[in-house]
Amino acid sequence: MQMETTAQAAIIEAVNISKSFGPVPVLFSVSMDVRSGEVHALIGENGAGKSTLMKILSGFHDPTSGQIRLDGKKTDLPPNGAAESLGIVLIHQELNLAEQMTVEENVFLGREVKSKGLLDKAAMRAAVQGYLDEIGLDISPTDRISDLTIAQKQMVEIVKAVSRNARILIMDEPTAVLTEEETEVFFRQVTKLKESGVGIVFVSHKLNEVKAISDRITILRDGQWIDTRHAQDLTPDLMAQMMVGRELSDLYPPMQEADFDADLVLEVDNLVATGVNGVSFGLRKGEILGFSGLIGSGRTAVFEAICGLAPTDGGTVKLFGRDAGTMTVAGARDAGLAYLTKDRKEKGLLLDKKMQPNLTLFALPKFVKNFAIDRKREEAALERAIRRFDVRAKDNDITVGKLSGGNQQKLLLAKIMECDPKIVVIDEPTRGIDVGTKQQIYHFIAALAAEGVSVVVISSEMPEIIGICHRVVVMREGSITGVLTGDHINENEIMRYAAGLKREELH
Amino acid sequence: MVTSSTETTAKRSSIDFKTIGPALALLILCIIGFLLNPSFVSEGNLTNLLTRSAFIGIIAVGATFVITAGGIDLSVGSMAAAISGVMIIIMNNAVDTMGTGVATVLLGCGCAVVLGIGAGWINGALTTKGKIEAFIVTLGTMGIYRSLVTYFADGGTLSLNFDIRGTYRPVYYDSFLGLPYPVWVFIGVAICGWLLLNRTAFGRYCTAIGSNEAVARYSAINVDRVKTLTYVIQGLCVSFATIIYVPRLGSASASTGVLWELEAIAAVIIGGTVLKGGYGRIGGTILGALILTTIGNILNFTDLISNYLNGTMQGLIIIVAVLLQRSDWKLGKSK
Repeated sequence: MQMETTAQAAIIEAVNISKSFGPVPVLFSVSMDVRSGEVHALIGENGAGKSTLMKILSGFHDPTSGQIRLDGKKTDLPPNGAAESLGIVLIHQELNLAEQMTVEENVFLGREVKSKGLLDKAAMRAAVQGYLDEIGLDISPTDRISDLTIAQKQMVEIVKAVSRNARILIMDEPTAVLTEEETEVFFRQVTKLKESGVGIVFVSHKLNEVKAISDRITILRDGQWIDTRHAQDLTPDLMAQMMVGRELSDLYPPMQEADFDADLVLEVDNLVATGVNGVSFGLRKGEILGFSGLIGSGRTAVFEAICGLAPTDGGTVKLFGRDAGTMTVAGARDAGLAYLTKDRKEKGLLLDKKMQPNLTLFALPKFVKNFAIDRKREEAALERAIRRFDVRAKDNDITVGKLSGGNQQKLLLAKIMECDPKIVVIDEPTRGIDVGTKQQIYHFIAALAAEGVSVVVISSEMPEIIGICHRVVVMREGSITGVLTGDHINENEIMRYAAGLKREELH
Repeated sequence: MVTSSTETTAKRSSIDFKTIGPALALLILCIIGFLLNPSFVSEGNLTNLLTRSAFIGIIAVGATFVITAGGIDLSVGSMAAAISGVMIIIMNNAVDTMGTGVATVLLGCGCAVVLGIGAGWINGALTTKGKIEAFIVTLGTMGIYRSLVTYFADGGTLSLNFDIRGTYRPVYYDSFLGLPYPVWVFIGVAICGWLLLNRTAFGRYCTAIGSNEAVARYSAINVDRVKTLTYVIQGLCVSFATIIYVPRLGSASASTGVLWELEAIAAVIIGGTVLKGGYGRIGGTILGALILTTIGNILNFTDLISNYLNGTMQGLIIIVAVLLQRSDWKLGKSK
């Protein structure tokens, strides 16, 4: 076992848990225990297996091997949230409240107190008021959920959990959407809960918070258990190092020297939009510019605003030296700027259509001759794209939804490239695809840059950012916290900027 | 190319079966009609059948665009009634200044087109810019247009001036090359609709939006404009249908065009267009309109089933058509 023995016995214990989804292993023999009255933080990069572990601890997933022990006894947790009856409650990041109902109705949803067949509203209200008083939350049981702030909603979730006699409370990034003041309030409640003997599992990317609130910290990396330590033994810097710390393979093409004197093709000055607070940067011809940061740090929002997919609230965008004003998506495309979404199933491809209409949809005006679509050119384009991007379908008439993720991604790339952009923004270029296809895509990006196309790569996978980018912009909470070049592009540096441990004064 | 030829042909044939389904159904209906009463295939009856199909058929061509792009328009029947009402009022009032000649009729038709486009644009703008669900918007305008015609007619019937009726009459009753004018209009609208949906970027955009609106937006398609245009096309089709409908009776009342919206939607669905959008077939829609009219026609010809059960038969056909389409999908998949 990894931990020294302590007087305090664990309530729940995960022992040598492994989990695979189909052929894909995501957790390798991970162990973790949660004791009464402690805050146990779970940290790791995106994709390290935190969510999976949380879901196994709360019964939403079955472990492939290993066991869960509850109060020292081996237990098979009931599925679909039924583990709540055992006192284990998972609070999802997207809160699970009925927006149109009141606080009291939500807390007692599904187990209403009845008297003589009718709802005993008075009893329920009194009980909820009691919980609210206890936790020190200044809202009324009759308030509607939709009228509450996010922090208050979160507290209602906690009240709901407490009312179910939760002994283990598992929270997935509870502070991700909270402001600093709200976080403070939230932490006070967490401390109270902890004192009442509840064991709390807490996932966060904000390492300073983790340090401040946790008693113990477990670090995961690539599905492996790295360490579990007392919080006083760790610094945020040390945590960041333990979260990353892996070597690069030869997955990536050789880095071509970037020409730092090339023309600026895209200049963004003080851009403001939803989730974006005053972002400024420049992009040069033939450059591969990485955008790193945690999920929700505003990377996608920046480029959706620039490409006309979301409204901007201020700032200027210059394309090839000229003020671009507010562009529509079509306007951006015609100006040579294309955005490739990270959500290929929902925003990228028409899954129930064949490859051909998908390929030409973005650049369709190019295929129009005499008001009609030129089908011969479309067919030629498909054959060309299949060759150029190595899209492997057993049949060209197959619907796109039946292609593998890697082939979908290559088709999506082909679709965007069909309009011959000068600047291409690729959001999560390799999400959910196999290593072989990843490598193809990295080489393709490098080849594009060598041809003089400027590429922006937004990615949550740090190795790929480091492996292919000439320069890396790190964002946090809607702002740029740092720009790294050359030897400074490494995981520790990026993690420090991304987690808010370091901030560069720009300009 | 990695395509294996046998697989391609297997797929093609299953898709073809799906495509010819409505045609097959129409053929069977016609054979039944002939067996029940040989005069079903008389030239007179067939022309009558085609002419009757023209109204619903033309409107259904418009509805194919709306539905393919993921919308729905419930207001078309009321819109037809309102347009006929206003058209009649305008023509009657123009008699004093413009006489009872072709000019007055053209004025009426011109106004009908403008009204149709306008009414369609209102539906489209409320759906896209107003961000209200199409079902709600057109449910609202359905009530508005219907009550407007009742109001204009003062609860009764608006009748076209007798002399103009004489001038306008040939539009419904006369023929060109053996086919009545309404059938020609139907053919024209169908061809234009088919070209627009299958051969132009606009048609491709409608399909893309109906299939997945977010993908369409990320593919540089002006979703709001394309969706609004589908409603404008629908309005235009309604105005064409109205222009050939008014000379038939020469009047409009609150009962004009009742349930046309449902018949049009039924024709679209029978024809194989998917109600939730993303896949549209103009050819199928035309067959669907013909099937619906043929059922009524056959019931008129025979005493076997009461004519009052027309709606029942139409309803059954719709349900069976959709069931068949679904099992066909499965057939295609299992291959």
